[in-house]
Amino acid sequence: MKSTGLAAGFAAGISILAMSPAFAVTEVAWWHAMGGELGQKLEAIAADYNSKQTEYKVVPSFKGTYPETMTAAIAAFRAKEQPAIVQVFEVGTGTMMAAKGAVYPVYQLMKDAGEPFDQAAFLPAVVGYYTDTDGNMLSMPFNSSTPILYYNKDVFEKAGLDRNTPPKTWEEVEAFSKKIMESGAAKCGFTTGWISWIQLENFSAWHNQPIGTLENGFGGLATELTVNGPLQARHWANLARWQKEGLFQYGGPVGGNDAPPKFYTQECAIYMNSSASRAGVVANAKDFEVGYGMLPHYADTQPQNSIIGGATLWVMAGRPEAEYKAVANFFTYLSSPEVQAQWHQGTGYLPITQAAWDLSKSQGYYDANPGADVSIKQMTLNAPTANSKGLRFGSYVQIRGIIDEEFQALLAGQKDAQTALDDLVKRGNVLIREFEAANK
Amino acid sequence: MKRAIFRNQLLPWLLLAPQLAVTFVFFLWPAAQAGWQSFLREDAFGLNSSFVGFENYARLFEDPHYLNAIWVTVVFSVSVTVLAMGLSLLLALAVDRMIRSAQSYTTLLVWPYAVAPAIAGLLWWFIFNPTVGLVPYALDMVGIDWNHSLDGTQSMILVIIAAAWKQISYNFLFFVAGLQAIPASMREAAAIDGAGPARRLFTITLPLLAPTSFFLLVVNTVYALFDTFPVIDATTEGGPAQATNILVYKVYVDGFLGLNLGSSAAQSVVLMAVVVVLTIVQFRFIERRVEY
Repeated sequence: MKSTGLAAGFAAGISILAMSPAFAVTEVAWWHAMGGELGQKLEAIAADYNSKQTEYKVVPSFKGTYPETMTAAIAAFRAKEQPAIVQVFEVGTGTMMAAKGAVYPVYQLMKDAGEPFDQAAFLPAVVGYYTDTDGNMLSMPFNSSTPILYYNKDVFEKAGLDRNTPPKTWEEVEAFSKKIMESGAAKCGFTTGWISWIQLENFSAWHNQPIGTLENGFGGLATELTVNGPLQARHWANLARWQKEGLFQYGGPVGGNDAPPKFYTQECAIYMNSSASRAGVVANAKDFEVGYGMLPHYADTQPQNSIIGGATLWVMAGRPEAEYKAVANFFTYLSSPEVQAQWHQGTGYLPITQAAWDLSKSQGYYDANPGADVSIKQMTLNAPTANSKGLRFGSYVQIRGIIDEEFQALLAGQKDAQTALDDLVKRGNVLIREFEAANK
Repeated sequence: MKRAIFRNQLLPWLLLAPQLAVTFVFFLWPAAQAGWQSFLREDAFGLNSSFVGFENYARLFEDPHYLNAIWVTVVFSVSVTVLAMGLSLLLALAVDRMIRSAQSYTTLLVWPYAVAPAIAGLLWWFIFNPTVGLVPYALDMVGIDWNHSLDGTQSMILVIIAAAWKQISYNFLFFVAGLQAIPASMREAAAIDGAGPARRLFTITLPLLAPTSFFLLVVNTVYALFDTFPVIDATTEGGPAQATNILVYKVYVDGFLGLNLGSSAAQSVVLMAVVVVLTIVQFRFIERRVEY
């Protein structure tokens, strides 16, 4: 009994000692999906923030891919161990938004914490994606990208094309590819990553075509996909035809990981992918000069604006009050022009505020790095319409998988373009209805 | 058989306790939770859940993609089992004839088993990659266009090879041990009586290998149904167009990527039932014919 009393006293003493550091700094967990170089730059941002003040500390943890990070956050919420900040990709927006008890909307957070938050400071295309029907921002933009076109200037010259002119229309893409292949300058004309994001979603927005009803799903859970329109069918039929003719080579499902090597090895002369692929392009395309251009459009349509990909930072509900003051303070820091400009220049992600864009311009970044502002110009080409604000559907991670499957079936010759898109819409709508039922 | 007698009544329970705890926490509890979740429909965060009875199960069997997954799994598991057992038997018979180099051959053939399944999958992904792989390059010279990201049959071939490759080592070890247990005198006697090598194989070697073969059949089937998840994930991710979407992979895709926990739980319950039935069938009917 004496030993138990001593042990208890000892334990109490230790726990008091262990408690004292907790009074000093409020720690905030930040779960993210940025690995490799991007992860290092993200950790540098957190470290800079932590070193500039002593009240709060942001602790980033790399959780894997975007789906893995989102799943981890959801599982953690169910176990009441959720982080304060989680980076969720744009495809998960529908799910996060519908989870009203689980997320703390950013506009509400900033208001409650008394931090200045001006939505107008952000680029309209970025704001549009993450606002609810009342125009309030639900998550904090962090890394947004948009797809652009990269091309091999040396191969263009060898094929007899002007090395400083990227193809502007799909008709030009076809003509240039034919010329490149006939002259033997490269084995294939063009390839692309992200069939779903680039060749269907962004394709629709760029041509001002709707992806779904109710403003592409922004208007409510009762939305339906409408992406099987005549223009999308025409485009997919063309892609299948060009693949058969050898002008187009398929890069694989999801991100299309086989596409970048085709461009780097000069097998394909034109390559469409995220603006954030710029880092990879600059690092790997060493033997030739790379040119940049906007996404092609069909000659009979005027281009609208492209939609963003990437991720935003969502705040999870259920954390202690003190952590939310820290999160709000950190978000103010994160959206400051200096931090955003440095992140944009180092990674190829877009500068999400007008101020960060202006700062980069005044620093002469775009003069020193031609093509680095193609993405911004493309995204801000016009004010977004209801068709080009973005999209918001539940179960969209699965719907992306369906898009890949139907495209593969199309390329394998199992169905024609209109049937593939119709099947895609039918299957996707089943999932959207289930999501609606589960979230009523 | 020697039995251990414990005087103390409590001691056996205490010794078993860790294993029982592990079995309970990692097998029984999740299985029960999956069973419960399969009767619910809930959103990903668990904020709304409603009891829907057998609706998740009914939906499954109406879903053509689930039926496709069943067919794909049957084709896949049968092919992997036949290929893995057949090749390893051939290799074991070949090594059995060697005297001096048997050890080195055995070491080389057992080595793939040490490779983690995900890494094995990645290895084969690189070898067969349409852009940077060696095999498509070689096949191109013969005129075959290999692109498993477009052709469902080719992707099935790829995952069968990748999954069977690992299991061959395991089967091989058991077959070698099984062959060594066959007395050489029996085979010699048969040879003296005029039986050719093929006759000896079918009338003496294979029947005496039956216990080993039966054991390996059960193990290989369970392997093909469950442990091949990392191989599929690292190579084809269920594609293209669900051509390699085996049942266990579909559980993952629907549950973790699609966040449809009710359907995913129902699928895992069905899969568990399938394996239980298969194992019962194997033990009741096939084991009877095995002579020990």
